[in-house]
Amino acid sequence: MSSLASSRPIRYLPRIVLAATVAFALLYVLVISSPPPVEGGSNWRTTNFGSAIDDPGSFVRVLLDSITFAGALFIVASGFALIFGLMRVVNMAHGAFYLLGGYIAYEIQQTMTGQGFSLSGTEVNTWEWLIPLAVAAPCIAIVGLAVQQSFLRWNQGQELRQALITIAISVIVADQIIAHFPRTTSGAQRFGGNAVDLAWPGWTERFVDFHFSGVTYSLARLVMLAIGVAVGVGLWLWLYRTKTGMVIRAGVDDQTMTSALGINIQKTFAIAFVIGSALAALGAVVWTSQSNIASGQDGQWLLNSLVVVIVGGMGSIFGAAAGAVLYAFVLNFSASYLPTTGSNCCTQYSPIFTFVLIALVLSFRPQGLFGRGG
Amino acid sequence: MNPAAWTRRQQLERAIAFGALVLVVVWPAVGSSYWAHTILVQTFFYGIAASSLIFLSAYGGMVSLAQTALFGIAGVIIGNLATKGGPGGVSKGLHLGWDPTLALVVAILMTTAIGLLFGLVAARSAGIYFLMITLTFSVIATYALGQVTNISGFSGIGGINEYTPGWIGDILEHPNRLYYLALGVAVAVYALIRYVIRTPFGLTLQGVRDDPIRMSSLGYSVPLHRTLAFGFAAFLASLAGILYVWWSGQIAPGNVDLPETINLLAMAVIGGLVRIEGAWVGAFAFIIIQNYVRDFHVPGLSFGGTLFGGSFNTIIGIIFLVIVLVSPDGLMGLWGRIFDSRRGSRWRRTPTQRGPSAPGRGGETTAA
Repeated sequence: MSSLASSRPIRYLPRIVLAATVAFALLYVLVISSPPPVEGGSNWRTTNFGSAIDDPGSFVRVLLDSITFAGALFIVASGFALIFGLMRVVNMAHGAFYLLGGYIAYEIQQTMTGQGFSLSGTEVNTWEWLIPLAVAAPCIAIVGLAVQQSFLRWNQGQELRQALITIAISVIVADQIIAHFPRTTSGAQRFGGNAVDLAWPGWTERFVDFHFSGVTYSLARLVMLAIGVAVGVGLWLWLYRTKTGMVIRAGVDDQTMTSALGINIQKTFAIAFVIGSALAALGAVVWTSQSNIASGQDGQWLLNSLVVVIVGGMGSIFGAAAGAVLYAFVLNFSASYLPTTGSNCCTQYSPIFTFVLIALVLSFRPQGLFGRGG
Repeated sequence: MNPAAWTRRQQLERAIAFGALVLVVVWPAVGSSYWAHTILVQTFFYGIAASSLIFLSAYGGMVSLAQTALFGIAGVIIGNLATKGGPGGVSKGLHLGWDPTLALVVAILMTTAIGLLFGLVAARSAGIYFLMITLTFSVIATYALGQVTNISGFSGIGGINEYTPGWIGDILEHPNRLYYLALGVAVAVYALIRYVIRTPFGLTLQGVRDDPIRMSSLGYSVPLHRTLAFGFAAFLASLAGILYVWWSGQIAPGNVDLPETINLLAMAVIGGLVRIEGAWVGAFAFIIIQNYVRDFHVPGLSFGGTLFGGSFNTIIGIIFLVIVLVSPDGLMGLWGRIFDSRRGSRWRRTPTQRGPSAPGRGGETTAA
């Protein structure tokens, strides 16, 4: 009896530590942190703009930044999660597909508008944003399908080998992007995988007034969130309300049984790869319009997709959504709310918080938040 | 040690190994200096890093992409501890100016500790999940080093080769010392791995690789063995990282980024993820390709680069792809196939396919 009682606190210790960590992080953001003093004397509580109580406007802005970034994250990562969940293929070329999709869309938009290197949103109408998307997404879908059919299909079940194949493909694609993109710019900006950006359509280039603590927020970022939500709802309807979706979910659970029932699982795999790759391109178009695209970002977006899937759990779009939201919150809040004592303290440590997030989730749920078994 | 009892394959392999060892020992005296101090010395330390990856893969069933990050972390730690700030010192870092031998020991211990932490987080996963998790560690380490300007920043730390321990001496003046040091460490690492896999720990680790469920029902802690194996591999990677910074003098996040991570994986895959010897074979092949394919143009298809306008990475990618498609066990696998055509491939050993029909590796028992 006594041993049971004494073992209890130890058993619950990890959970208590977790709860305390999360509670402290929340409290820190909500009340503990303080704005930088007018003259010197900053301490461990000093952050860029203080706690949510001190400066609710900034808090809401960081909150909106996180949620809208989660939208873009979800678009890219759900494609990765779809392929991984169904086929157990870790598509290491997902980041390279993202990069290629972004550059293709950029070329189309530049060709359509003919404005040269830099475009502002007011020079772009809705079609000049939608058509680049409508070209880039099928292009990447075809690339993905070609990779799946020519390299992955005959290596089914050999997970490690498939991962290595896609790594090799990502090396080739990333190197070819450096050699050939961006094409339509001139001079030193031409080729070499230089940073370029798409432009949102003109009507999104304004700020929405929230009538709360003077918060105004970019409509473009809200559109990004709306696209993310639309992709999520679309995927949910497709996976849970159509026959193809039913077959895909059956395939996630038991591939052998599904094909034994006379279902052409190969066709389903091909569909999943097409949609998953197209989502990488869609995400690239959305985030390139908001930020930019440059060679080397393939690694960044592969990391983003991996973190979302590891945190959220494999084989479920709810997992991808939860992973995207958590990851976006950790990224944005650690970059904004870490102490700024001294000239270069602490906010520079924000990448480590991604590791902390993964460590915390995996130590409690090795399969991720929404992961199921094996 | 009775050569008469060895199989033909063992005789041949040991003769080749002995010949290669004699060749590299006498090389600085007889061969070209470029080969000794660029190609062979890189082969030695990248081989050590690759051997840590192959050790985890071949004996732990875990393909780790965090080895490059650990390699770089060791370099960053010794760079921060050993270097001294000075006039004209533009490189970032703490410049603590410790005694280099102490810095060496602390760098190895700290990297091993970080490796144990990584291992602890990833230990409950295996196979493809392990690959994904360790890849995120690697990329996070790159961004963390790039952002944390106190210890590294994007420009990294330079001039580390001026702060080598006294018992090694000035590496710039006596490059052969680094050559023989790297060679000695490589041989010691090889011997150490061969020893570790024969210890009870090593045998248990191989049991964990083959059937974690059976091992845990026999009372072995699966996560503990994986964590310890990862810590050991981190120790090996730290040795490689320290040799690297003494050789190149600098370390930056660019040395541990995704392309570098893939390069190390390419070395291990080209050599073969099944045998420790493959680490040095793969590193040698990779460095030869890196040095001599850079200026190569595929006739008719180069378009101003090596192939379709690309850099040597396109070629590396294609070689990597061909190796994975043709011989998943790399060059060592090809070598093995010459002697044993019936040997099954470990690549087919997946949980769903494991069963009486799946060929196990020669001499291993598969859970049926």
